[in-house]
Amino acid sequence: MSDSALRSWLLSDTPDSRRQAAWGRAYRSWLRFRVNPLGMAGLVIVVALLIASLAAPLLAVQSPDVQHLTLRLAPPSAAHWFGTDELGRDLYSRVLYGGRITLGMVLTVVVLVTPIGLVVGALAGYLGGMADRILMRITDIFLSIPQLILALAFVAALKPGVTSAVIAIALTSWPPIARLARADALTIRGTDFVAAIGITGASRMRIVFRHILPLCLPSVIVRITLDMSGIILTAAGLGFLGMGAQPPTPEWGTMIAATRGYILQQWWVPTIPGIAILFASLAFNLLGDGLRDVLDPKQT
Amino acid sequence: MRDLRVAFPTTRGMTEVVHGISLSVGAEKLGIVGESGSGKSVTARSILKLLPPSARISAEELRFDGIDVLRASEREMRAIRGKRAGLILQDPKFALNPVMTAGAQVAEAWRTHRRGTRKEAAAAAVELLAQVQIRDPGRVAGLYPHELSGGMGQRVMIAMMLAPDPELLIADEPTSALDATVQAEILRLIEDLVSRRGMGLILISHDLPLVSHFCDRVLVMYAGRVVEELRANELSDAKHPYTRGLLNCLPSLLHRKQRLSVLARDPAWER
Amino acid sequence: MRRLRALAASVASVPVTLFGLVLITFVIGRVVPIDPVVAIVGDHAPPQVIARVRLELGLDRPLPVQFVIYVNRLLHGDLGRSVMTSHRVTTDIAHYFPATIELATAAILIALAVGIPLGVFAAAKGGSRFDHFVRVISVGGQSVPVFVLGMIFLLVFYVKLGIAPGTGQQDVLFEGMVPRVTGMHIIDAALSGQWDAVQDGLAHLALPALVLGYFSLGYITRMTRAYMLDALHSEHIITARSKGLSAARVLWVHAFGNVAVGLVTVIALAYANLLSGAVLTETVFSWPGLGMYLTVSLLNADMNAVLGATLVVGVVYVGLNLLADVAYRLLDPRVR
Repeated sequence: MSDSALRSWLLSDTPDSRRQAAWGRAYRSWLRFRVNPLGMAGLVIVVALLIASLAAPLLAVQSPDVQHLTLRLAPPSAAHWFGTDELGRDLYSRVLYGGRITLGMVLTVVVLVTPIGLVVGALAGYLGGMADRILMRITDIFLSIPQLILALAFVAALKPGVTSAVIAIALTSWPPIARLARADALTIRGTDFVAAIGITGASRMRIVFRHILPLCLPSVIVRITLDMSGIILTAAGLGFLGMGAQPPTPEWGTMIAATRGYILQQWWVPTIPGIAILFASLAFNLLGDGLRDVLDPKQT
Repeated sequence: MRDLRVAFPTTRGMTEVVHGISLSVGAEKLGIVGESGSGKSVTARSILKLLPPSARISAEELRFDGIDVLRASEREMRAIRGKRAGLILQDPKFALNPVMTAGAQVAEAWRTHRRGTRKEAAAAAVELLAQVQIRDPGRVAGLYPHELSGGMGQRVMIAMMLAPDPELLIADEPTSALDATVQAEILRLIEDLVSRRGMGLILISHDLPLVSHFCDRVLVMYAGRVVEELRANELSDAKHPYTRGLLNCLPSLLHRKQRLSVLARDPAWER
Repeated sequence: MRRLRALAASVASVPVTLFGLVLITFVIGRVVPIDPVVAIVGDHAPPQVIARVRLELGLDRPLPVQFVIYVNRLLHGDLGRSVMTSHRVTTDIAHYFPATIELATAAILIALAVGIPLGVFAAAKGGSRFDHFVRVISVGGQSVPVFVLGMIFLLVFYVKLGIAPGTGQQDVLFEGMVPRVTGMHIIDAALSGQWDAVQDGLAHLALPALVLGYFSLGYITRMTRAYMLDALHSEHIITARSKGLSAARVLWVHAFGNVAVGLVTVIALAYANLLSGAVLTETVFSWPGLGMYLTVSLLNADMNAVLGATLVVGVVYVGLNLLADVAYRLLDPRVR
């Protein structure tokens, strides 16, 4: 199919199949997203980060753990683009591998949290009554402690490390999603088409999972993209406080914690992973902002 | 006003919604009739330059008592808005500021254009509320918009627009959000005040018989154009098929019909 | 009447939330791999001592009974003893919390003073270059890790430019000079009339407050802008403009007047979230507040202190939300 034929197939006002309608809608969203420079910048950085993390072994100039004690705290140079850290390890390679850990943590949290938040929220919103009240009370309780502090307490109880950090962040990340999904489900529940499906004899579970959940998705996707930025900051914060990934793991926050004493003389050593955190979290914020304008203009 | 054109930006470039409208109003009652989306409200608001900044307005001529509205500065426009021309919007539920009391909103309009103390403004507000036939105006002045009924809210709206004593009143569907019984009262009130104060009135509505009943002259709009201009008492002589179509759709007790006609549209009207 | 009932309902939900909070801290306290007995008596204590302390702490009882004991102690204001400082945790918290309040309040004031005007004008000039600029600033505030920003600020303003004092709450010069009244250093210094100490305190407060303030600035600006856009698109703004009011009056009295009450909730939430940011900021700036107490306790596995601080933060958070809710219901004429 030629480009123009594909375009007209996608932009058809009278799609012949559900598949064509769905692709057409996605394409139209993409056209609207494409004109947003900040959103596109976010998308480009996110994709670049993903590629860089996946290809870290190819891109890195040396293993992130190789030490050259004679070459400690070297400034950026041709051999070491970002310089070296307090044990003479190549910072560029460590930052690359650090991306794997940070993005890995973020993706794991998202995979764990999205289904929980969606299901809890959609059930509470659709069922209403007692179920709603109980589920939302539980949500409120988890929301009543700032995320980082609750995560700190959880990690302290488990034992510092990447796994505990992921569990702790996941435990504290689902409530906002549940809140959002519930608000959407409440609106959808009142619509005529849900009533119509109910009349055709669909079970309540079928209504929730086949009809309400998919419609909650756009706003939840936007929320999660924005939350990913918060998750990156919390993960890095845990690392910085010594409660996340443990040295010598090249996690960005942990790297800063290990080298923050050098800020006065070799300022680039702790600053470079800091910039990496900033970029990653900024990228997800910009991407989420752009997605919101396209998918869910009402949300703030 | 000659050859007014208004366009809004959309994803497919600028879309013109008003295609060249010309009209003039003196101290008379002019009705503008048309269906939703025919450009009535946009036309009315462009007289006061109250369209969103993204709108592109152009016209051969757009004057208010000799002042070129298109070229007028914000400051000059402010001297026209309220002071010389008031605008009554459709639904008082949305058109009144929900966190200010009725009295404060009327007093604010008064005080903006006539210098006076707060006390004088508050007293004037109560007086104005009484003029729009609100019983117990002192109490109503202290109420918030959500505590008012629709008819009451619209009276507050009218009082607010009368406060600076304007020469022209633009009423944009002032009654379509109200109950049928209240509608007549509000219209009678507007008519009464307009003729007593010798103001001009532009009444915008989708209700053709109602407009022809209250106004001297009627403009019929369709898809951003004026398709016909009539004296109100000559309505039955309407020539344009759209106007006749509209009249035909009305139920009547005198001439019973089996079934109400449905308007047949002709794309040629849009040219 | 309905207003009062809604108010009562939101007040009534608080105990449930607090109970949940206590349950969470209790569960965390019990799954902790560190043996609380060993933490108190040390690794080398004889077994009899360990057994006695275990009995004293009620750790041999079934969990529900332990929970009842825990709640009972909490109700008597007993959060246990800190292993690290060997003070009561409540005493420690009372000692460290005022410094955090001082820092967080300064930060929120900065965020409000800058964030609200930015948000209002960005909405008024929606889509303009200024709007995009504000958007970048606010997204930046939500993306920048506070501890990195703190370190960079220290590097630039303290080390390179030398215009700001270093870490801590005061210069060594004033150590022990200011009698403690409220616990908030600057206020205490002012109360005792030592204006040079006030000046020094403000100078020390500036950097951490700016860092923390930027953290909430993003959120406050973004919410203000969104609320204002909504308000500016409502019909009553057309009414206000058609009255011939000045642009400033339409913007600040009619549009902002409608969002101000909603912003109270946003501000309360932002203030509560500052407590999160404060943990990191205080660590970077060695600010002797609750956040630093929390991190030091964490590193020393001082669970009583950690859980006590967590609980207090949670209670403050719930309290702030309740306060915002009450304020919203009392101030907004639309909420009946």
